[in-house]
Amino acid sequence: MAHKVFPREEYLLKGHAACPGCGATLLLRHVLKTLGPDTYLVIPACCTSVIAGPHPRSAFKVPVLHIAFAASAAAASGMSEALEKLGKKGNVVVWAGDGGTVDIGLQALSGAAERGNNIIYICYDNEAYMNTGIQKSGSTPYKAWTTTTPTGNPGHKKDVPSIMAAHGIPYVATINPAYPNDIAAKLKKASNMHGLKYIHAFSPCPPGWRYDPALTVKIARLAVETGIWILYEVENGVFRLTGPSARLIEKRNRRPVEEYLKLQGRFSHLSKEDIEAIQSSVDQRWEEIASLVKQ
Amino acid sequence: MSRLLLTGNYAAAYAVRDAEPDVISAYPITPQTPVIEKIADFIDGGELNAKFVRVESEHSAMAALIGAAGVGARTYTATSSQGLFYMYEVIWWASGARLPIVMGVVMRALGPPWSIWSEHTDFYALRDSGWNMLVASSAQEVYDFTLLSYRVAEDTSVLLPTVVGWDAFEVSHTYEPVELVEKSKVKGFLPAKGSWKPPLDAQDPASLGNLAYPEEYIRIRHEMRKATERALGVIEAALKHFSIVSGRQYSFFECRHCEDADTIFVVQGSIYGEVLKAVEELRSEGVKTGVMKLWLYRPFPYKAVSRALEGAKRVVVLARSSVFGSFSPLGADVSSAINLSGGDQKVFDVVLGVGGVDVKSSDIVSIYRMVASGGERTFWWVR
Amino acid sequence: MSNRVEILLSKPVVGAVPAGTWRTERPVVDQSKCTLCGICWLYCPDGVIEITDKGVEIDYEYCKGCGVCAAECPMKAISMVREV
Repeated sequence: MAHKVFPREEYLLKGHAACPGCGATLLLRHVLKTLGPDTYLVIPACCTSVIAGPHPRSAFKVPVLHIAFAASAAAASGMSEALEKLGKKGNVVVWAGDGGTVDIGLQALSGAAERGNNIIYICYDNEAYMNTGIQKSGSTPYKAWTTTTPTGNPGHKKDVPSIMAAHGIPYVATINPAYPNDIAAKLKKASNMHGLKYIHAFSPCPPGWRYDPALTVKIARLAVETGIWILYEVENGVFRLTGPSARLIEKRNRRPVEEYLKLQGRFSHLSKEDIEAIQSSVDQRWEEIASLVKQ
Repeated sequence: MSRLLLTGNYAAAYAVRDAEPDVISAYPITPQTPVIEKIADFIDGGELNAKFVRVESEHSAMAALIGAAGVGARTYTATSSQGLFYMYEVIWWASGARLPIVMGVVMRALGPPWSIWSEHTDFYALRDSGWNMLVASSAQEVYDFTLLSYRVAEDTSVLLPTVVGWDAFEVSHTYEPVELVEKSKVKGFLPAKGSWKPPLDAQDPASLGNLAYPEEYIRIRHEMRKATERALGVIEAALKHFSIVSGRQYSFFECRHCEDADTIFVVQGSIYGEVLKAVEELRSEGVKTGVMKLWLYRPFPYKAVSRALEGAKRVVVLARSSVFGSFSPLGADVSSAINLSGGDQKVFDVVLGVGGVDVKSSDIVSIYRMVASGGERTFWWVR
Repeated sequence: MSNRVEILLSKPVVGAVPAGTWRTERPVVDQSKCTLCGICWLYCPDGVIEITDKGVEIDYEYCKGCGVCAAECPMKAISMVREV
């Protein structure tokens, strides 16, 4: 009885302007349910800049600062210091896309992490610059179609959670919209810690990934079940797998990546060799995790 | 009342200390660094209770202050030249968001080639942004105008960020006597903390910056325009109040020897001293010249300026800005003022002192002789 | 002489856009199959589903017809029906 277990109040109001089946808004709905009304959102240029709706209306029932593309972590840093100085309570939360985090926003994020500013930084990763029409970002996976990589991305996805963990911040975690329990637990944990908490969220995008919007949660689930998206947290430097990912160290427990890839039009041009390459890189990553967990 | 020997930069830091901001955020750049170093000393020494966000870039410095002011904090930053231009995008965001942020700009030339010396080009680049802009030409003026900035910015009929500019090295690093204003008097002069309603408040949620279709956008921007028009009156009233608090009289500009002058020089910043010297030298020859030292740059006080220049035949704008393809910003503003008043004074737009070149009174005298004999209306003075 | 800074602020409302006009198909719930598990409510990206004693209620004014509820319902109690 999910509706009796999770908080009922919506802080992202219905009638918002997201695409049908948007993974980001499903994530945000749950993030805000967990954090509650004393949440100040800082949103750089991204899909959510538009999802909020046209002025003078807003779909957000929490205060929102829209800010320039590169600046979200910096704006949030100043805001959290101000709230503390003024004695006002509230969580300052950055809600940024992958472009505004792994590319143009990385400098400010790194600065905020190094300073240890008291913010929750959530990157909702739909793996391309979706708001501007599906261009490749530093978070686009290998071989994915985008409008600027029409024959498939020759590059590899930047591992920003690891970069953030290397800053020595108190908390790094990944979340996925198919697992709202995991989202709630991690956001609650983050909100009770002081310092920069970095959360990387898997955000399926129907128009960008080319799939029927009804499959958003299924694709999100498959991403975890195939081991492509790993649910984990790094709490004060200690790595821990969470949710279903905890069972996936053994390869036979992981579904073949093809099950995940074949549902998405952005991967429809992949050859057998491409899929094998992706499978072996996923397997490789899990071997690294296996040795990390053994330590 | 304390009287200290301070550089322009230290004067800014003392004014910031006395204004009691909540959040300061800055990135180092020559020749601004002593400002933020002194502020750090004040904070760590317990003289100033403020948060200092030591950001990793100027763009982030202004972004941090937008976040802070957005929830109601009093704020400060300072920068210069390249740093100001890196910050540029968010500088416009700050004024568009109607946040009363205060900034100091040590006016410095831009590269390439690298230069650390005095030029107003960086400062003038803010002229269209909605920021209120003041130019200080001495350490005392840096202190006074920085305090004034909070008073103007936080006025609830204005709510626009405010910047004070001062010359690199000639003002930033030169020691002069500065009279401070007593803390209690500063408190009485500035608006009370919390006197303006911050846009972001969890008790009354709203979104700042949602996408606006054209009809809404223009209405929002028009309100900003009306605020800049009101700012002129607010600045005038604030200057009057300040003269009571400090004993120092300021208005939008200072005019010397202008009443019966045929030729009036218009200048901003510290080269004023040499221009005044030249004016007095020319006067001793029987040549009727005068000088206007303009303090307020934005909103530009068109009426007051054109009234003061009424009697002259010639107005020579001495602009310390390397701008290309047009009149200097100051020259364009002065020409507009004259045009608006229906005046027929001949405006000369002279660019000088670019890259920190030392301007001497002999230069000004030579410039006078050039414009007096007719000749080019707009030119660069290069020795 | 009021300073209309509030003109800059966008206020929270239900229905920032008329999202219901976007859809081409609508979810229809067969209440007889529904076990009130709440999974449709949990996964609706738009928050248009409410679960009351009467069962699952969908706000068709703002439902975009994405079909996630129908795809995720463990009882297959929701079907997507073409509207246009």
